[in-house]
Amino acid sequence: MSDAIDIDQLLSEMTEATQTHCNANGYDNPLMIGIQRGGAWVANRLHQSLKLAEPLGELNIAFYRDDFSTLGLHPEVSPSKLPAELNNRHIILVDDVLYTGRTIRAAMNEIFDYGRPASITLVVMIDRCGRQLPIQADVVGKTMTLNTGEHVKLSGPEPLTLSFDNVEGTET
Amino acid sequence: MTGNIIQLDNNGNLKHFLSTEGLSQSLLQSILDHAESFAGVGERAVKKIPLLRGKTIANLFFEPSTRTRTTFELAAKRLSADILNLNISTSATSKGETLSDTLHTLEAMHCDMFVVRHANSGAAHYIATQVAPHISVINAGDGRHAHPTQAMLDMFTIRRHKKSFENLRVAIVGDILHSRVARSEIHALNTLGVLETRIIAPHTLVPKGVEDLGVQVYNDMDTGLEGIDVIMMLRLQKERMRGALLPSEQEYFQRYGLTSERLAIAKPDAIVMHPGPINRGVEISSEVADGEQSVILQQVSHGIAIRMAVMAMTMGRSNDDMENTE
Repeated sequence: MSDAIDIDQLLSEMTEATQTHCNANGYDNPLMIGIQRGGAWVANRLHQSLKLAEPLGELNIAFYRDDFSTLGLHPEVSPSKLPAELNNRHIILVDDVLYTGRTIRAAMNEIFDYGRPASITLVVMIDRCGRQLPIQADVVGKTMTLNTGEHVKLSGPEPLTLSFDNVEGTET
Repeated sequence: MTGNIIQLDNNGNLKHFLSTEGLSQSLLQSILDHAESFAGVGERAVKKIPLLRGKTIANLFFEPSTRTRTTFELAAKRLSADILNLNISTSATSKGETLSDTLHTLEAMHCDMFVVRHANSGAAHYIATQVAPHISVINAGDGRHAHPTQAMLDMFTIRRHKKSFENLRVAIVGDILHSRVARSEIHALNTLGVLETRIIAPHTLVPKGVEDLGVQVYNDMDTGLEGIDVIMMLRLQKERMRGALLPSEQEYFQRYGLTSERLAIAKPDAIVMHPGPINRGVEISSEVADGEQSVILQQVSHGIAIRMAVMAMTMGRSNDDMENTE
């Protein structure tokens, strides 16, 4: 793709939008959780720029995936790191790319096994469309329409870069 | 006896877990890595993950066991599987049903996994050759042959305390002759690349040819414990003793019991392990069993994580040989 995306610019816009969203809804002292691995990288940057007091949580959704019976156990293993108490917390859930919505479903299922949050706000860097579940993000860095077979991938953690494979789709 | 061929599928993934013998270092490390992620599940509000939801696991115990059976049961439940506990010694086989008929009956109930404990060496291996292709078999102890999940939970406990295996000197102490745990431990320690594995036992409790497995044999405990990082005590298996292998429990304790004085011979940061159940005052003193260097109760918790890892790995393969994947 010819026009490269300015990740720092994107992150700064996402920071502002997340702050606005939290203020508008009265989310005081929210808890940020990143989905491993790309989501955790993005969350780490947002966590710094939002100057959140509480340490960043990380979620490994491998145990909640719905393709376990066909794909097996994910070889990459690093445990989820969440605070013990999620009850009544406002959670900001962060992922790099939102596509079918299945990852977010798995992440929410896992979160509810830790406790009952007051709310979950979804923040994603890229919404590539193509949802298979009724899940929407509250804050989106960039929306783009990609077809099946086209891929967008975040590499990191330093530096964060977006790469595109086979992309002919139109940006919106 | 159990080559790795039957334990692995065409893609080199774990299909059955029958023995630590013949499995690669990377596979053993992968079991430990997976167990590390599963260990956290026990510390959460909801101690359950949906990985094996809808699967049915049968605990086939042809020989009594409390701790192994309950930790397998807990592991299965934490993975959301349904579990049947079958105490076979008191059920069908006593009515004359053959082992193979029992297995086919359970297959007809659509079980996905058999966890097998049997007094005969090779029983789990035999069952693995008899079952339908979609069924995984885990050996929960067969005769004097192997007890691989016990060995792996011991490796997990060692890795948590000692970080790496390379520079470790490990001593396995006691009734090696009757111990399937010792055999599985020796294979795992060799594969994971410890510096030295020693066996400390009286002549009568050392199996013939054990040196061929690459271990050093010591008959004197005080010499054997010098420079040791990990002490793995074994239970004196009184129920398997035939004839005069031992003078008396008191004399055994005097020569091979782990006391505070003996423990002081090993390295100051040595850890003390025991697969349980412990015979206090026979192979280990209460002072040591309950002491600061003892990790015996941690072993029990780690057993659940290891069993979850092995169950998830054997049941969650990308089964190219069974069905198409996307």
